[in-house]
Amino acid sequence: MHYLFEPGLFASGPVRTALLVGAVVAVTSGVIGVFTVIRGQSFAGHSLADVATTGGSGAFLVGLNQFWGFLAAGIAAAALMEGIGVQRRRGRDVATGVVLGAALGAAALFLYLGTLHTSTTGASFTVLFGSIFVISPDTVPALIASGIIALVVVALLTRVLLLSSLSSDLARAKGVPVRIVGMVYLAALAVSVSLAAVAIGAVLSTALLIGPSATALRVSKSPGWAMAVSALTGVAATWIGIVLAYDSYYWPPHGHGWPVSFFVVTLVLIGYLLTYVKRPRRLAPRSPHEGAECSPA
Amino acid sequence: MTNEAAQRIAAAQATQPDLLTLDGIGVRLGGRQVLSDVTFSLRKGEFTGIIGPNGAGKTTLLRVILGLLEPSGGRVLINGEPVDSKSKSAIGYVPQKLVIDPDMPLRARDVVALGLDGHRLGFALPSRQRRDQIEAALSDVGAARYADARVGELSGGEQQRVLIAHALISRPKLLLLDEPLANLDLRSEQEIVAVLGRLAREQQIAILLSAHDMNPLLGVMDRIVYVANGRVATGPTDEVVTSEGLTRLYGHRVDVVRVQNRVLVVAGE
Repeated sequence: MHYLFEPGLFASGPVRTALLVGAVVAVTSGVIGVFTVIRGQSFAGHSLADVATTGGSGAFLVGLNQFWGFLAAGIAAAALMEGIGVQRRRGRDVATGVVLGAALGAAALFLYLGTLHTSTTGASFTVLFGSIFVISPDTVPALIASGIIALVVVALLTRVLLLSSLSSDLARAKGVPVRIVGMVYLAALAVSVSLAAVAIGAVLSTALLIGPSATALRVSKSPGWAMAVSALTGVAATWIGIVLAYDSYYWPPHGHGWPVSFFVVTLVLIGYLLTYVKRPRRLAPRSPHEGAECSPA
Repeated sequence: MTNEAAQRIAAAQATQPDLLTLDGIGVRLGGRQVLSDVTFSLRKGEFTGIIGPNGAGKTTLLRVILGLLEPSGGRVLINGEPVDSKSKSAIGYVPQKLVIDPDMPLRARDVVALGLDGHRLGFALPSRQRRDQIEAALSDVGAARYADARVGELSGGEQQRVLIAHALISRPKLLLLDEPLANLDLRSEQEIVAVLGRLAREQQIAILLSAHDMNPLLGVMDRIVYVANGRVATGPTDEVVTSEGLTRLYGHRVDVVRVQNRVLVVAGE
């Protein structure tokens, strides 16, 4: 235990902030991610993350905290995607691809300009791969509040989102304003992606969104369980990742900690792969005539 | 139409206004007139089949009744009144074959619960009464055995039962089903038809069901709405499904052949 939890781990202010923010981010991503997966919107999540990269790097350039850049760009992108979404599916794919390319190009420019001013490459790393150990304490309340708001919104929409994932016609026939619900959900997704971008980086934020939810969906049958398992998986990956990153300070090359994002993303992948090792697949009891066909004679 | 059904309808006609009325409905989609002058009405406990070839406009007609599609002309009335959000809650709906991913985190009982209050915000608190209501809806369609199975892992016929329970739990007066028999094996097909026939009889729910083959429904159907060539012919099956009637509807020669209590509609020479 001594070797896992290095002395001074929990006394360190940045570590405690990292554990707190990490938990909020993981729960938000985990819960919202379940709906991203069942609505088939993983690509939308990834698109938001790409555009958030532009916002984060732009914010760095003008001296703002990158979270506000992630958030502003994410929300703007969500609105834009909704606008494009009314057109044909094919046109939407092409348009999204072109816009994403341009967004990442702008991010490259902003990050380059940033290095001219600050003579450091820290900005690129922070935006792209996260900065959970160097979160400035004054943004912590904003991070936590955004996470809670996004979670409350999605909790309120839980049943409506499930019904429209089952069939949007069924939801519409019951009077659900499917389009508005989709827009509100996309905004919550943008908030969640921005939070994950702060923790493990814009490029990797979707890993925390999709990974734990995909894992949870393979092992849980009901929506409540899926959300709980997803949130807990995300928190476990994030916390263990933070502890390992802290420990890695003493790993080679000595005196340089490994990035948290590496550990978190790797742990998420391991969790997902574990569900393939032994999936507790609870098959439905079939009706008698089908059972008869399956059972040995 | 059976004698018993005829009596039931006659009795209902005497005392009840029409549950659902379509009055001169026309639909244009993408500049093309898909349906014109569709007029028919339904009463409590009646079993009506919307029959017609693929692409004839059966789904379109159901979407108009559900308010998902605005007709270009005509009116839809429920209990003699234009449809509003309140009267709409009297309609239960089972959409065309859903493709449900096996990883969808919904058990059969969750799907049925969504029929109760899936359009509301927030969470539902578990209660004894709620649980009983869900169990009852599942039992009504013979799906209680797999209440706790993931709906994406059930067979087509089992999913269909769960979706019917989902539609039934809000106690609708009218149940619309879009091609519920498509892609089912013969046995499941018979079982679903039996369940629906029983619901119409015992719970006095009017059932409006679309299908491309009328044969599985001949034993339960009180009335047919035959859709072809953008128009409908409606009435008791025996009166509507005749060579003369369908030839007029299709606009070209059609032969109706009856073989061993089965009806075949074939293009004429």
